[in-house]
Amino acid sequence: MLIKLTGGAVYDPASGVDGKQQDIYIEDGHIVSKPSGDFQVDKEYDLNGKIVMSGAIDMHTHIGGGKGNIARILLPEDHRQDTVKRTPITRSGCGHAMPSTFVTGYRYAEMGYTAGFEPALLPINARQAHMEMADIPILDKGGYVMLGSDDYLLRLLTAKKDQKAINDYVAWTIQSAKAIGIKVVNPGGINAFKFNQRKLDLDEQNSHYGVTPRDILRVLATAVKEIGISHPLHVHGCNLGVPGNMQTTLDTIQGIGGLPMHLTHIQFHSYGTEGDFKFSSGAAQIAEAVNKNKNITIDVGQILFGQTVTASGDSMRQHANHKHASPNKWVTMDIECDAGCGIVPFKYKDQNFVNALQWAIGLETFLLVDDPWRIFLTTDHPNGAPFTCYPHLIRLLMDRSFRNDVLSTIHPEAQKMTTLASIEREYTLQEIAIMTRTGAAKLIGLKDRGGLSSGNWADITVYTDNADRQLMFEKPDYVFKDGQLVVVDGKVVSTKWGTTHTVKPDFDASVEKDLKDYFDRYLTMKLGNFKISDDEMTEDGRGSLTVHPLRNQS
Amino acid sequence: MTVITEVPSPFCGIGTDDLIIRVDGVSLKVIENGCAVNTPAFEQAITDTSPRVDGKEVSLGIAVAKAAALLKDTNQPVIGGCATDVNGMRALLALADRCGAVVDNMNFTGARNNFLAMQDTGWMNTTLAEVKNRCDLLLVVGTDLEAFAPRFFEHYLWNKESMFLDNTGNRQVIYLGKAPSGNASTSPNGQKAKILECATEDLPDVIAVLRALVKDQPIRAASVCGIAVADLQAIATSLKAAKYSVVTWSAGALTYSQAELTVQTLSEMIKDINNQNTRCSGLPLAGKEGDQTANQVCGWTTGYPARTRFSRGYPEYDPYLNDTRFLLDNNEADALVWVQAFNVNAVPPVTNLPTIVIGRSGMTFEKEPDVLIPVGTPGIDHAGHAYRMDNVVAIRLQKLRDSGLPSTAHVMNAIEQALQER
Ligand SMILES: [Zn+2]
Repeated sequence: MLIKLTGGAVYDPASGVDGKQQDIYIEDGHIVSKPSGDFQVDKEYDLNGKIVMSGAIDMHTHIGGGKGNIARILLPEDHRQDTVKRTPITRSGCGHAMPSTFVTGYRYAEMGYTAGFEPALLPINARQAHMEMADIPILDKGGYVMLGSDDYLLRLLTAKKDQKAINDYVAWTIQSAKAIGIKVVNPGGINAFKFNQRKLDLDEQNSHYGVTPRDILRVLATAVKEIGISHPLHVHGCNLGVPGNMQTTLDTIQGIGGLPMHLTHIQFHSYGTEGDFKFSSGAAQIAEAVNKNKNITIDVGQILFGQTVTASGDSMRQHANHKHASPNKWVTMDIECDAGCGIVPFKYKDQNFVNALQWAIGLETFLLVDDPWRIFLTTDHPNGAPFTCYPHLIRLLMDRSFRNDVLSTIHPEAQKMTTLASIEREYTLQEIAIMTRTGAAKLIGLKDRGGLSSGNWADITVYTDNADRQLMFEKPDYVFKDGQLVVVDGKVVSTKWGTTHTVKPDFDASVEKDLKDYFDRYLTMKLGNFKISDDEMTEDGRGSLTVHPLRNQS
Repeated sequence: MTVITEVPSPFCGIGTDDLIIRVDGVSLKVIENGCAVNTPAFEQAITDTSPRVDGKEVSLGIAVAKAAALLKDTNQPVIGGCATDVNGMRALLALADRCGAVVDNMNFTGARNNFLAMQDTGWMNTTLAEVKNRCDLLLVVGTDLEAFAPRFFEHYLWNKESMFLDNTGNRQVIYLGKAPSGNASTSPNGQKAKILECATEDLPDVIAVLRALVKDQPIRAASVCGIAVADLQAIATSLKAAKYSVVTWSAGALTYSQAELTVQTLSEMIKDINNQNTRCSGLPLAGKEGDQTANQVCGWTTGYPARTRFSRGYPEYDPYLNDTRFLLDNNEADALVWVQAFNVNAVPPVTNLPTIVIGRSGMTFEKEPDVLIPVGTPGIDHAGHAYRMDNVVAIRLQKLRDSGLPSTAHVMNAIEQALQER
């Protein structure tokens, strides 16, 4: 079937098209060139006056894995306020802070998103993350597997194993867990918490291993580069949420020595200690460092006011944060000599000084980082806010007067502590397209996604131009996923199953010799039962695997 | 005849995956690393292979059509048991969503003690590998641990090597409440567990005093429910002196009303210890009859654990009113679907309602169900996934033999399909 999208204003940063009227042809799930000679269009959509972008990609969203499911089970009262009925084509479920899997897929698609990446796949819990994501309809998905607090890596470092040994272990782990990137969370800190350490600075040693976060970041970033994983090491840094952590973040940027590194939810790591409340914005210094260091990419982790739940692998910091739990209930777990997690419900309030300034810090960061190819739009769903807030966030970025109106309503002391009112920048549609589409696809290393030229998969979102950008981005006219029309006027009209994006870097098979011995001696599962097989991902008939090339491959 | 090694078990809850099993046609023999729970569960013989409607053998297609016909005009069927693998639960929930059913895992009334505590104040928990490598003190509350999981001690306490303990034999084990039924808790050094016995229903008082002692609150009484306060003080002191103590309990063994408050007191006590400059974690025991699997899959599909109804078109959780037993006793259900792929002895409650059983081959019934569809067991007849007690680890179950029995998922999907076509 040949589909023609006629006359829309196309925003496709991948091919440098910035709002030009263009026709797009779709066949067999892909975007194709205009057929030559006589041809018959089976279905035509008149997109005159509409805006066309590729499907949006959320490069950091907690949509699969144990901690998210703990968050769900923890919050029945939140679900009761957002019940979702079944329809003839969609399943029932719940929404708000941590939606059920099916509702996650529908609501992302209804905002024009066609892919989401779970950033904290614990190796031992990767199976669960993939099973949950397999129940998210429409979206493509993938995950970054977490290393850095696992005892195996720390033992390798203490034993002074060479970089090749680390590389083999990293490549083996990414294959075993069916992931597309490597994440590190509070490097070594989750492990240190098990030894009763309650904080871990960049140069502070793990009391058992003598290894520092700086050591861990360096060997993992090197491994990612040397084995050719496109996505830079994905870093949730030390000291999340601690006033003054801006310095840690600046030191982390310096310490990585030019290696590619992605700093996630940087808003939570951009705090100074100035002012009456000893809490201030470090966004300007962080943005300056990001602008200067081209090896660094970031996503923001914007907070937005209201009830949500924070779910993180950072058991150390989440335990410290439990004082702020609202409602007052929280869970932490130590997990399998592998990692940990902490789940703390939060209610961000615009009349709370700290929350109000966190809001401003996130927006300052967005507006002060110059290069939209190196900054990504996230709320660290659900940690800063549920992903359903994205259209509101986009309006804050694109509409200065709206932004200043909201700013004028927050805690007055926070207003005094932010430069936000003086920042004139408004994001353009093309910059939004870079940040939420093309840039994200490039950062993750997705071949043939995030662009609208022929050869790409037909993940396409069509909006009606509207000066109210929130309304515009809330309700796309059409969303196509792999060429199938899945959303009309902001409502799901059909569903399908997306693929799971992975990479398969090579490793020396001998790595399994030591690993098998380690599993047999210390873990609770046989090595052979640990590795996730291709069958597991596809045997239910709806999952599929897509393997992307490594950086040095074409 | 073949021998299969490294077989994972969905039966014991502790994720044992070192079983060696001999397969001869459809008969299985556990030849190494069996236990009182796993061996009979694996060796259970296949009896029925054919579905039955009204006691007469029929094809799978006819049984599925009859099941769909029974469910077609119901207002609130209840799907009980819910003892199957991940794919089985997925299909079960899809069917429940379509026909407005109540979904209720058979172990939920026990597990409710945990869920109510967790949903009210939360907890700090750990998993089996952390126990194996870090735990220096295990406090077992109200539970006969070795009857629950016969190989728990061998696997996770008396393991020869651990990463962070010089000698695992020096770990301390304390029983509070129920005494152990055997000697599995005696360390390889010959060090016996300390046992402080009390009646199960006295645990609320005893645990309340223990928590108070952990918080250095003065206790005037000399004893509580037959246990000397000095002995409880010794436990409190040991918990605070330990580097990584672990407190374990089985929610289902706390068989008295409002036992969730005991779980809550224990969990809050664990938090208190973590605020006194050391580490301590909870380890709730579960993982039987697919209970964790049911709760996990229901959790991501609906937001709630597996005692949830769909009768209003969207999921509604109620840990009391959605109880199968309660619904049957109060005439609030109009059909019963019983799903139990693991245990032939876990048969449905007897009822006059139309009854459909999707059960492990080998069940016998006091009253023949309207429809019986024998299914294969995950981890024996087909591959699948099941959750361990610690809720983090989903184990990959293997197919060991070719019995021809369909999976739960296959049957549930077929019934849903038949309902859709009607
Ligand atoms: Zn995150």
